[in-house]
Amino acid sequence: MNRPKPQSHFDPARIAPALLAMGHVGWLGVQYQAHGEDWAQLSLPWRADLIGEQEHQVLASGPIVSLCDMAGGLSIWTRLGIYIPVATLDLRLDYQRPAKPQHAVTARAHCYKVTRSAAFVSGVAHDGEADDPVAHFTGCFMKIGRTQG
Amino acid sequence: MNAVAGTLTPYAAALGITVAEEAGESGAPVLAIAFGSQIEGRPGVLHGGAIGGLLETAGYAAVVHALGNGAEERRLKPINVTVQFLSSGKPKVTYATGRIVRLGRRVANVAVEAWQDDRERPIATAVMNVMLSAR
Repeated sequence: MNRPKPQSHFDPARIAPALLAMGHVGWLGVQYQAHGEDWAQLSLPWRADLIGEQEHQVLASGPIVSLCDMAGGLSIWTRLGIYIPVATLDLRLDYQRPAKPQHAVTARAHCYKVTRSAAFVSGVAHDGEADDPVAHFTGCFMKIGRTQG
Repeated sequence: MNAVAGTLTPYAAALGITVAEEAGESGAPVLAIAFGSQIEGRPGVLHGGAIGGLLETAGYAAVVHALGNGAEERRLKPINVTVQFLSSGKPKVTYATGRIVRLGRRVANVAVEAWQDDRERPIATAVMNVMLSAR
């Protein structure tokens, strides 16, 4: 697997296509959109087999959980400037309203604190307007293996 | 297709979630998912989001089960979900089942657990609040 190596400089824009091509996020079709110093933004295009109810054509909440989880991880590596394995300890989503039918959902995660062993993120998921979110989320991640400040 | 499988979301079916038991120990259905690349995170490890999807699906299945015949008149909407990841998911079958903590008129509070080899050693848990609105 060509995962990025620890200690290499982490450029989300460059690494995201490889990171998002495989496994669960590859299957979902998660795409890189943007990043800043301590945040990262991913999007999940609408797809007919990812819906929660046949009659509403809205992305199910499960894929949105995955999207927020991945955006959270990416925001941590972006803030740290390196890729290190992390494990999600907990993740909470507060759903504000249903996503619009046949709309992509975008998640922007902000890594607001990193300690020796943990990283904390928060963010919003929206379907077009960032100030009218579908969900707010917060997550706590643990670094795996060697800890570093 | 059994009765419970018919209530799973298109997303759940596409991900590969199946019904292991129509009525487990708590009465609620026990769902299962086999390991595969579509739920893989780090190589050889279950993706947290996929575990979250399994937990949520099991939570909804528990609510539908608890509502019984009344389920058809209700539309279930997520209010929130908190997932706790307890240990990494290994490349093997993962199970999940929900327990209704409280079934109110408007809100159901559900506790969900996911496990692999040992029912007593969950790999992840979730707490969900589900809005029960009229169709």
